[in-house]
Amino acid sequence: MKEYPVIGQMLHNGLTTCEGCSMEIVARAMLDILGPRTVMLTPPSCSAILTGAGLETGWKVPSFMSNLEAVAAYASGISEAYAILGVEDVNVVGFAGDGGTVDIGLQALSGAVERGHRFIYVCYDNEAYMNTGIQRSGATPPGAWTTTTPSGKIGPKKDVVAMLAAQGIPYLATASAGFIEDFQRKVRKAKDIDGPAYIHVHAPCPTGWRFAPRQTVNMARLAVNSGLWPLFEITGHRFRLTYRPKQLLPVGEYFRSQGRFSSLDDSALDLVEKEARDSYERLLKRHEEENG
Amino acid sequence: MTGHKYMALDGNAAVALGAALCRVQVVAAYPITPQTPIVERLASEISSGKLKARYINAESEHSALCATIGASLTGARAFTATASAGLALMHEVTGVAAGTRLPIVMPVVNRALPSPWSLWCDHSDAMGERDQGWIQLFAQNAQEALDFIIISYRLAEDERVLLPVMPSLDGFFTSHTVQGVKVPDQELVDVFLPPYRRSKPYFDFNEPAAINPLTTPDVFTEAKRGHQVAMENVRKVLPEVFGLFAQHFKRAYSPITPYRIEDAEIILVCMGSMVGTVKHTVDLLRGQGLKVGLLKITAFRPFFKTEVRECLKYAERVAVIDRSAGLGSEGPLSLEVKAALYPDGPAVYSFSAGLGGRDVTPRTIEKIVKYTATHKSTQDPVWADLKGGVLD
Ligand SMILES: Cc1ncc(C[n+]2csc(CCOP(=O)(O)OP(=O)(O)O)c2C)c(N)n1
Ligand code: SF4
Ligand SMILES: [Mg+2]
Repeated sequence: MKEYPVIGQMLHNGLTTCEGCSMEIVARAMLDILGPRTVMLTPPSCSAILTGAGLETGWKVPSFMSNLEAVAAYASGISEAYAILGVEDVNVVGFAGDGGTVDIGLQALSGAVERGHRFIYVCYDNEAYMNTGIQRSGATPPGAWTTTTPSGKIGPKKDVVAMLAAQGIPYLATASAGFIEDFQRKVRKAKDIDGPAYIHVHAPCPTGWRFAPRQTVNMARLAVNSGLWPLFEITGHRFRLTYRPKQLLPVGEYFRSQGRFSSLDDSALDLVEKEARDSYERLLKRHEEENG
Repeated sequence: MTGHKYMALDGNAAVALGAALCRVQVVAAYPITPQTPIVERLASEISSGKLKARYINAESEHSALCATIGASLTGARAFTATASAGLALMHEVTGVAAGTRLPIVMPVVNRALPSPWSLWCDHSDAMGERDQGWIQLFAQNAQEALDFIIISYRLAEDERVLLPVMPSLDGFFTSHTVQGVKVPDQELVDVFLPPYRRSKPYFDFNEPAAINPLTTPDVFTEAKRGHQVAMENVRKVLPEVFGLFAQHFKRAYSPITPYRIEDAEIILVCMGSMVGTVKHTVDLLRGQGLKVGLLKITAFRPFFKTEVRECLKYAERVAVIDRSAGLGSEGPLSLEVKAALYPDGPAVYSFSAGLGGRDVTPRTIEKIVKYTATHKSTQDPVWADLKGGVLD
């Protein structure tokens, strides 16, 4: 039997995230790489559960609860202050949901990236405002039910990764809660970047997506293996797929094992599948061009 | 050795020099009229290497203050400045700066809040922040603007206080008017204001804690109470710091400053740049035999209630001139004065004047005094310089 390393010791146990929460898995895996010389910033979101309530905290590192739209702005100040104080070994890390990143926090993130401060921003994307009770975000995929898109979201999932690529951020990656080792490799890279680094982690949420908690990792892997969430990184301008499924799975299983996509009929799924494949092909081509 | 250089500076230049003399380590800012020259000048001091600090060109005032808060959390001395709409945009996080008890100094170059748009001075911007838990000082001129930066850091970093300070200077009247200013020598400032050291750091890697987390009804009230206690401590610490400043720099300040009030029947109360004009008008009216005096308010938060009452209680009438309207009620300074005098002080007359940059002239002030002298009481706030208004 394969031996798995014990992970996640930089967060206390007994947190009040839901059963099967992938955001918590991602946080634990992230801190294993970052280590104790880390300052964590979380906005109001499910990640704030880790920062804690009242007199208790989950992190075994110092943390600050930021405002929803301002994680990257706070990180800017902390990072520059440590630089002037001569403190060089601290990781300044923002850990925010999709809402705090692609909607209300986009301006601060874009500004901080453009200015080039040294900080790491990890967005766990559970594709809606979950802690406030499942309202749609810019990252909610087309067709998905939320309490504010009761008949399914109209319009695309906002592609913040492409936006940041266009800004020329020094390190940019997608990752998945179903591919922890890949994610951890990316965190390790981000840690050594002398500038902003951004990792966007697909983070299935059993509560908001309506699937059984034990299926979390499976759901994350299905998204990647059906070509819906490709894993790649862009270092400087070099694009590299970090995981290539042998053969893409049909998207049906991913969509049909969640309760939030009932507005999508089979023909809609055919379209989604075609788009996913086309876009994966383009990435594959780019990968081959840039990596010989 | 005089201990200073005498220079011709406008208020903005004085503020920027003040910040540089305080050896601020992080400046995060976003330009807005009439504050812009402050941050331009600091950017150039930092880029030339004269000031060893980091300059963050924030993409908004909201981010500017967040970055300033972040910097202050690490233990660096942090600075920003703003005005009007910029301050309003920061409103969400002014509470964070104060609630996390950070010694940030953020001058506000007073400018009216829209709507309609105005580039010019009134106090509506600063007044929007009056209950956010910042110390608020109002400078009368460029000298005070410079001195209040130095005083503010010393006050803010006092362990009995640990609160952010918002020194206000009037847009254009003070920020853009060149005046003679004594700029203290760096060595003297270094003695008065030693490097900032918190006895317990916020980000402590040996004893990690969550700063500013979600709190329950079980602890929120006590946290707020701690903040209020710090505010109360300012009543003691601010006069101490003013005293220390006078020893070092030979310029005396006070949270409130009376002028010719001993036998005054009518005392005018105001703050900011109009204080100079009011003082001048008091002298004029005294020349005409009118028993008028002035109470200048420097510290608006905390409000020095007891001291204000002591100064005003023997007057027959008190006329408060607010530079903001207090829509739906009356000017905030007048409300404070009334509360300080309750229940048995002199009658208080509430005036607003100088909104959106309108000059508060000696003529306007004279009219205010005459109205106060000849009316038994007034229920409504009087808009003193309103065209077609009761004093026109
Ligand atoms: C300025 C502001 N507006 C609204 C809110 C309410 N609010 C708190 S968290 C949140 C959504 C967060 O969603 P996301 O970032 O995706 O995190 P998740 O809850 O999904 O983990 C909202 C709208 C707030 N805290 N601050
Ligand atoms: S709502 Fe989703 S993301 Fe939030 S704690 Fe529960 S499972 Fe995790
Ligand atoms: Mg979310």
